[in-house]
Amino acid sequence: MIDWTPLILTFKLAFITTIILLIFAIPLSYWLAYTKSKIKPVIETLVSMPLVLPPTVLGFYMLIAFSPSNSFGKWLDEWLGLRLIFSFEGLILASVIYSLPFMIHPLQSGFSNLSVSLKEASYVLGKSKTTTLFRVLLPNIKTSLLTGIVLAFAHTIGEFGVVLMIGGNISGKTKVASIAIYDEVESLNYAAANTYSLILFAITFTILLMVYLVNGGYFKKVIS
Amino acid sequence: MIDISINKILQSASGEMLLDINLTIEKEKLVTLYGKSGAGKTSLLKILAGLLPVNQGKIKVKNTTWLNTEKEINLPPQKRNIGMVFQEYALFPNMTVKENLLFALSKGQDQKIIKELIEIIDLGDLQNRKSQTLSGGQKQRVALARSLVKKPKILMLDEPLSALDHEMRQKLQQYVLQVHKEYKLTTILISHDVSEILKMSDYLFEMDQGKIINQGQPIDIFTKNKGFAKFQFTGEVIKLVKQDFIFIITILIGKNLVKVVVDYDEAKKLQVGDKVLITSKAFNPIIYKLD
Repeated sequence: MIDWTPLILTFKLAFITTIILLIFAIPLSYWLAYTKSKIKPVIETLVSMPLVLPPTVLGFYMLIAFSPSNSFGKWLDEWLGLRLIFSFEGLILASVIYSLPFMIHPLQSGFSNLSVSLKEASYVLGKSKTTTLFRVLLPNIKTSLLTGIVLAFAHTIGEFGVVLMIGGNISGKTKVASIAIYDEVESLNYAAANTYSLILFAITFTILLMVYLVNGGYFKKVIS
Repeated sequence: MIDISINKILQSASGEMLLDINLTIEKEKLVTLYGKSGAGKTSLLKILAGLLPVNQGKIKVKNTTWLNTEKEINLPPQKRNIGMVFQEYALFPNMTVKENLLFALSKGQDQKIIKELIEIIDLGDLQNRKSQTLSGGQKQRVALARSLVKKPKILMLDEPLSALDHEMRQKLQQYVLQVHKEYKLTTILISHDVSEILKMSDYLFEMDQGKIINQGQPIDIFTKNKGFAKFQFTGEVIKLVKQDFIFIITILIGKNLVKVVVDYDEAKKLQVGDKVLITSKAFNPIIYKLD
């Protein structure tokens, strides 16, 4: 029987990461979609960096930054009691940064594709920016929201390099499924590696298939 | 009464254009902004609604200052209490017709107004439909009703009728006129259609290149220096046929085709598609080209 903890840990990580990303990404993508600020290209670049940067680079710098042996890591440890390296909290932070573009991009294009007059009509009707965001804009970009949530979730399940750099391989704490597979292969335990791999394959396939079905309107067609 | 005096540099297709507007709109009148596309009409409405910032200027409505760049006053759109019907209607796709209207209610406002508007604008059958399933004319009616829910004193319509067929258009003109009177609104309409303007508006501002180039009673502007007439209609030239020394012109007035005889010199000025005004002083109709 295989050890289920890496899988549970993986999904716990993906779930928490997705929630945090959703809270951050809504205001950030809203800003990116509507701002005329000159620093927008810089922010867009930073958001997209994890797409092209090797995950190990990201992990390496985070490892350096959060190490308790330098001042920032020490400050975090002493003032907030946060040890971000080789801990689950550290994995969450790394995953949030790593999966950021996968949440931001769909939301930003969702906002940009909405007709500006929807927003303007709501303002003229006396509604505040917040009311407009939650009652007019977000309900009309549901497919983008779903895409963002699923991509961020699935991408977090698949991460390896960042996790290994900053989290290491501590069973029950930072040993997620992707690392468990590597671990099993290294100790020539192919059967266990295969089980983990098959489970990940099946789950991510199902998740993505659901998104394409929902966004393609296949469920609606069946009902109507 | 609305007093506007604003300056704004607009980016248009042919480069920068200065929108420089000075005008006064009387209370409870229905006025039309008329002019070529790109003249700055929609921008002017948006500035009035607070949706577009200006470089410099003042807007005063009754005794309230909405905008004064010198004193750095700029009321946000939420506080201007205007009704606006957008060119593409801007109904919220995630809501039904009724929900669109309910959304427009101010906090604590009585729902009675919604019932009233559904009745006046005949929306009874559409209440539970989503906006994507509506036709152009239906969307237009919902947008009109929604803009009136908060009981604004000023109603602005950005070319709301241009995409509709003739019959639907006439019906909607009636609705607009009806609510304009019923709620004692000051209404600002953008329109290209001469017959629509003659039928609906009390006053006309003609715009070109960001400036007001003409203003007055619509009939005076369209028939400037063209004398008095017993009756007059506007229409569109459909066909020109030469017969010996004269031309026979077929003109579409409303839904009717009318044939009019004109002499060679008059006919030379006309071509198919021209908007014309037909008047009669005694027996024979006289035709004027409208620009």
